[in-house]
Amino acid sequence: MTRLMLTLTAAMLALFLISLTLGPADVGIGESLAALFDESYGPLTLVMREIRLPRALLAMIIGGGLGLAGAAMQGYLRNPLAEPGLIGVSSSAALGAVLAINTGLAASLTLGLPLAALAGALAGVFMVMALAGPQGGSLTLILAGIAISAMAAALTSLVLNLSPNPFAANEIVFWMMGSLADRSMLHVWLVLPFALAGAAILLTLARGLDALTLGEDAAQTMGMNLNRMRLLLVVGTASIVGGATAVAGAIGFIGLVVPHILRPLVGGQPSRLLWASALGGAIMLQLADIAVRIILPSRDLKLGVVTALVGAPLFLHLIYKTRKGLA
Amino acid sequence: MRKLSGIALALLWAATGAFAGPSRVVSMNLCTDQLAMLLAAPGQLASVSYIARDTRASAMAEHALAYPVNHGLAEEIYLLQPDLVIAGAYSTVATTEMLRRLGIPVVVFQPANSLQDVRARIEQMGEVLGREEAARALLADYDQRLATQEQVGPERPRAALYAANGFTSGSMSLAGQILRAAGLRNIADELGYGRSGRMPLELLAMSEPEFLIGTSPYPRAARSEENLAHPVVRHLAARSGAGQMRDADWVCGTPHVLRAVETLAEERRLFVDKEDRE
Amino acid sequence: MSVLSVRNLSVTLRNRPVLRDVSFEIRAGEFVGLLGPNGAGKSSLMRAALGLIPAAGSSSLAEMSAAERARAVSWMPQSREIAWPIPVERLVALGRLPHVPQGLRLPPGDQMLVDQSIERMGLDPFRQRAASRLSGGEQARALIARALAQDTPLLMADEPAAGLDPAHQISTMEVFANLAAEGRAALVSLHDLGLAARHCTRLILLTEGGILADGPPASVLTPALMARAFGISVWHEHTAHGPVFQPLEVL
Repeated sequence: MTRLMLTLTAAMLALFLISLTLGPADVGIGESLAALFDESYGPLTLVMREIRLPRALLAMIIGGGLGLAGAAMQGYLRNPLAEPGLIGVSSSAALGAVLAINTGLAASLTLGLPLAALAGALAGVFMVMALAGPQGGSLTLILAGIAISAMAAALTSLVLNLSPNPFAANEIVFWMMGSLADRSMLHVWLVLPFALAGAAILLTLARGLDALTLGEDAAQTMGMNLNRMRLLLVVGTASIVGGATAVAGAIGFIGLVVPHILRPLVGGQPSRLLWASALGGAIMLQLADIAVRIILPSRDLKLGVVTALVGAPLFLHLIYKTRKGLA
Repeated sequence: MRKLSGIALALLWAATGAFAGPSRVVSMNLCTDQLAMLLAAPGQLASVSYIARDTRASAMAEHALAYPVNHGLAEEIYLLQPDLVIAGAYSTVATTEMLRRLGIPVVVFQPANSLQDVRARIEQMGEVLGREEAARALLADYDQRLATQEQVGPERPRAALYAANGFTSGSMSLAGQILRAAGLRNIADELGYGRSGRMPLELLAMSEPEFLIGTSPYPRAARSEENLAHPVVRHLAARSGAGQMRDADWVCGTPHVLRAVETLAEERRLFVDKEDRE
Repeated sequence: MSVLSVRNLSVTLRNRPVLRDVSFEIRAGEFVGLLGPNGAGKSSLMRAALGLIPAAGSSSLAEMSAAERARAVSWMPQSREIAWPIPVERLVALGRLPHVPQGLRLPPGDQMLVDQSIERMGLDPFRQRAASRLSGGEQARALIARALAQDTPLLMADEPAAGLDPAHQISTMEVFANLAAEGRAALVSLHDLGLAARHCTRLILLTEGGILADGPPASVLTPALMARAFGISVWHEHTAHGPVFQPLEVL
């Protein structure tokens, strides 16, 4: 158990270093790391501190958050198909972010962008929970997710198309697929409070999620307050997904793939899966962000493309496995 | 009424022998709009695209106020009853095909990717409008103004074009040629960008341009323009003594690109003088 | 000592009354079987008594705080849900959730209770196996072990014997009977009248949302009451092996 934690933490930190040394500018590993701490490297210091460091940090924070949110949501709904990206929470957050940018809210209020994305995510989670709560089966969950995603994506396109800014219309790809290219430390400070607050909230659910393994009635008679849990889950997930989507767009499948891979390694226990999935999510998003930079270094390949290429087959596999429950 | 007066005018020109081209021309592309407005005979141009009135994209926004605008839709263009439609290479194929099926001749203009292309487009517009004379006069002026910009000595300082979504342009693009004509050295050439493409911010920072030519953001923000506010870009802009902004003069292959060249050359002169003094 | 006191409990679901003015009390040492035809309101009665569904009247458990109740009763719903492939040992340890703060390791006393519960249900060979991948009978026993580990004066179970083979049905009933003999109490709903006759100390017969009979098995499992409640004839005999009770045919 703790060995797993140590392994995951070590892998996460190793990937963090690799991410820092990777970029279109052809610079040696030692040199680039030295430039991070030493002003005398001129433009390389600028690149390390203002471009690569925020990128690597964002991959860790956002990946960790999405992994945690996925694990918590699956634990509560007792459904391995629950994932913020798949059930429309990320698209709703993207809609909130796009609205904030296009109404000028993002420019006039420091936290306007992430707050609006959070509001969008809240609406998304709320709708999913209302349509397909724990009693709703996998099918209801997936259908609700499709409906909410489609609605949010359509409204996002509408807002972008109505924008007088000619560049806005091309942004739909970013909002739906996500990217960490050319972000700055400003974005790190923007997402960090939301990710930390969301994580703190979701981690308090650990005991309740364990009890929910035995179903709602059993969990309630073991002293768990399900209404309170649902509220915390909605707020915590929205906070993480809202913050993440505001700065990096909607990145799917992290919260699906990571808990699925790690579940057997933590003995299936939802509480232990929370921490493990946070670390695993940080690893997966860093891997994806490294992959987009290696595969097409200068094209800004979107993160969601890579996570979907890994995640979608697994999603199909899970549907195949649970299809008896779906029918 | 408009139709009647159009016909009357056409008859008038036909009678005096001064008119050989089409009499009701509709342009549906920002760049052909401008060339047509520069070359068309009075009353010959029936409509321009609505973007021609956008001061951010169009170098002739005020001129365009004198013309009815269209939105590039087959139906509205057909109802204008043109005898020639001028479209750009990026106009919707469905629309131009539809117009052709309805029996309206459509000429498609390729975009200009160089200062030489601009000459060719002027000539082409002269031909399709039957205004060769006017085109020759415009060309002579163009060549003369361009010649006065001929640079001697090494290309400097090193400059970078950096636009929304991190796009830059190399020497095989109009913007790259404007840069070179003004006597600047384009870092996109060093980095191997021939045409246009997305340049990672990291490469921009590492190449340390002395001169950063950006675009001024639109009033309604878009995430695509967020890269222009990145601390690294601001740092570079501060060093280069910012203020170099691309505007409508850069957009289309019209003689207005020379205005862009002249403005940029003046900026360059100030920069070089200041540097030589130091 | 009373472990559950229900007074005038009434439940209405979707405008349909499913429980009417039910009152009873369960004391330590009793193993109470709740009998009744399908739809008589057995599950509703137990869930209302636990405070899981809104009800009129009073129930001592429903009035407790969630934390208090978790130390007063452990509940085994009929669905026998095990959502994740969690090892049996950890599944049983979930029973200690209401008693210990979160931690990676259980305190020794709690771990001992978990071990005892596992042993009592004969689950030692399955300790490390994923509970969700066990057979139905093994899963049922793991869930009972979980409830035992909660270590409450009262255990309530909705059809704990359903789906088990005869041997496991008998051993499951014996576990509840032994708990009652040790001074705890159990309230379980049952469909198997034979099991009820042999193992329970008291039976409550529920029909159409009301109590038809409440008392020792011999006073409830009479041909007249069985005919009224289930519409069946029965055969009943006291043997050297205890009471034997067999439903015969539909009347």
